[in-house]
Amino acid sequence: MSPLLAEIPYWGESLFRVLGGLVAVLLPAGTIVYVFLFKMMSFMQSRLGPMEAGPYGSMQLFAEVGKWLQKEDIVPERADARIFKMAPIIVLLSTFLLVVVVPFGPDALFTDLETGIFYALAVSSVSVLGILIAGWSSANKYSLLGGLRAAGQLIAYELPMVLAVMGVVIQAGTMNLQKIVVAQNSGSMFGIDAVGHPYLISQFVGFVIFMIAIQAELTQAPFDMPIAESELVSGYMTEYSGFRFLIFFIGEFATAGVFAMIASVLFLGGWGVPFSWFGWTSIDEVDNWMNFAGPLIMFTKMMLIVFIIMWIRFSYPRLREDQLQRFAWKGLIPVALANIMVTSILKVVF
Amino acid sequence: MLGDRQQLSYIAAQAADARLNLELETEGMTLNIGPQHPATHGTLRIIARLDGEQVVWAEPACGYMHRGYEKLAEVRTFPQVTTLVNRIDWLGSFANEVPFILAAEKLMGVEAPTRAQYIRTILFELSRIANVSLFLGDLGVQLGAITPVFLAFRDREYVLNLIESATGGRFHPNFDRIGGLKDDLPAGWIDETRAVMKKLRGFCDQIEDLLFGNEIFQSRTRGIGVIPRDVALQYGLSGANLRASGVDWDLRRDQSLPMMWNKADWKVWTHPDGDSFARCWIRLQETRESTKIVDQLLGSIPAGPVMAKVPKIIKVPEGEAWVSTENPLGEMGYYVVSRGDLGPFRVKIRSASFNNISITPWLLRGVYVPDIVTILASLYFILGDIDR
Repeated sequence: MSPLLAEIPYWGESLFRVLGGLVAVLLPAGTIVYVFLFKMMSFMQSRLGPMEAGPYGSMQLFAEVGKWLQKEDIVPERADARIFKMAPIIVLLSTFLLVVVVPFGPDALFTDLETGIFYALAVSSVSVLGILIAGWSSANKYSLLGGLRAAGQLIAYELPMVLAVMGVVIQAGTMNLQKIVVAQNSGSMFGIDAVGHPYLISQFVGFVIFMIAIQAELTQAPFDMPIAESELVSGYMTEYSGFRFLIFFIGEFATAGVFAMIASVLFLGGWGVPFSWFGWTSIDEVDNWMNFAGPLIMFTKMMLIVFIIMWIRFSYPRLREDQLQRFAWKGLIPVALANIMVTSILKVVF
Repeated sequence: MLGDRQQLSYIAAQAADARLNLELETEGMTLNIGPQHPATHGTLRIIARLDGEQVVWAEPACGYMHRGYEKLAEVRTFPQVTTLVNRIDWLGSFANEVPFILAAEKLMGVEAPTRAQYIRTILFELSRIANVSLFLGDLGVQLGAITPVFLAFRDREYVLNLIESATGGRFHPNFDRIGGLKDDLPAGWIDETRAVMKKLRGFCDQIEDLLFGNEIFQSRTRGIGVIPRDVALQYGLSGANLRASGVDWDLRRDQSLPMMWNKADWKVWTHPDGDSFARCWIRLQETRESTKIVDQLLGSIPAGPVMAKVPKIIKVPEGEAWVSTENPLGEMGYYVVSRGDLGPFRVKIRSASFNNISITPWLLRGVYVPDIVTILASLYFILGDIDR
């Protein structure tokens, strides 16, 4: 039990955690939509983006949400209505399940699972189910093609992601995300501990593979075949309108945020700063203020990673489905396996 | 050759898929791409029978936007027809007017003054640039890259502003008259055009960096939708689609019309591959060549009137005339029959896109759904040009 929450009753703590979860998922999602989707994309395309709602259009997202909530919730006549309505919720659910294991500070975490990263990779696949049933239950040919493409793609890219994470797990010697953070920040490279030991440097290959894999997992260009607006209209989302589309939309960017958080935990040292800066040696010595600074540091690192994702998204054309599969199975997976092998040899040698 | 090897491996992969599908006894699916679909930029409908994601059979169904211009032209006077033909290929409107006016002039036996011919040629090339630069951006959108199209819209705007300041209309100038042009160029237009042409060459370089040099773009377009030379000729393709198949044919160079293309030094680009990449690349090069043509012609516009002596009420003598020009989309021609009245007796419009999409049933057989989009984008049609 964390000392922060020691005096709060169980129901209060639960409420606190639920609110924290909502903030941890929705705040990054909103920021990502505004900063990257609205503004960065506009600047890349030599236009201003939304400027009317609020200063520099900062209230645009609220306006959009309000618009979507007012719209009619259309269910196609031949659709399997119950499943059709369930699909977006399953997609968003996987995001909320995912954020549970992400640590935001020495004590600011939802749950301290020993098998944290294993759990994260497992629940991230739940969204595939939601997408697949959205594609199937819409009773639309474009949706079906989109859903099938998504299923094929997400399963194919799960594997390189798991393999890329494996390198970090071997190096840190633990699957606990909190311990991975501590291992990076209290570590040292060649005896120099000025920046700790972020696995970005020693696991650079793994980082690149992980980034490509999350790009595909998030179905962002160049891996956006499941949505592919010029081919499949909107893929599995074609038939969705109103707040169900909104849930898909939020889910997309919330998942981007959470995956970026996991990437920053695995490769950039998560919430922490190098412990040597303040003379800490273990997690117990970390000052309490890190519980407040930690989320901010995490947020900054997350934005950096999402920036890379979005940068690629806005400038690359789309791969073809077979090229995508070939890239995963013939390119990423062998490289990831080689990375694991080299990592484990080096781990044993040093 | 790289293209050949990729094409062969593609065919082999398709054959392997087909064998597998035969074993699994998969069921076909008919997919209507269009009339409302983001990839058809307009209301073209492609009926595709799919086996998984592979097209077994496809056919374009056009006519959703048929406006009957040939019939309408019969009840208009000659000067009024330009208003109609403007709207055939709406992205390069001025280029549509020129062959019709030239046909009418041919029947009447008048020729526009040299200055008017120069300005006509310049505006013709400007509308080509406006048209093709949008194609280059749209190409990105069709393949999933969302940024190029905004760059294209940004830089096309400069060209449209030029056309607007010269003619008064951004999209439908209706500026060409029998015997010349409506007006002379405004003051300062020539210097401004020079500056814009420089900007557009920069745009071409930018698109080449952003799109044509991209590995994903190349893997999506190289070896996809290959049209061999003889097939291209048989289907009556024209314009960049034909030149991409290695046929050195450009009506601007091969025909002697009262236009000023032969006064400029430019090159007709061809490409041996005939695939989607070749078609896109040819258009990119042609945009560059067009800017060169404009630049050179701007320097040598002679002084003089822009309108020849023609009667106030135009009656075209009896006769028949066929004039076609190399429009942005390909060969566009008018067969004008006159019975000596105020208006034409019959006008047959040969628009490039109608012939260009006639190859789609041949071309789409056996490709995957994403490649339909690539192929349609690279063939580059405009709906108004298909359904006249």
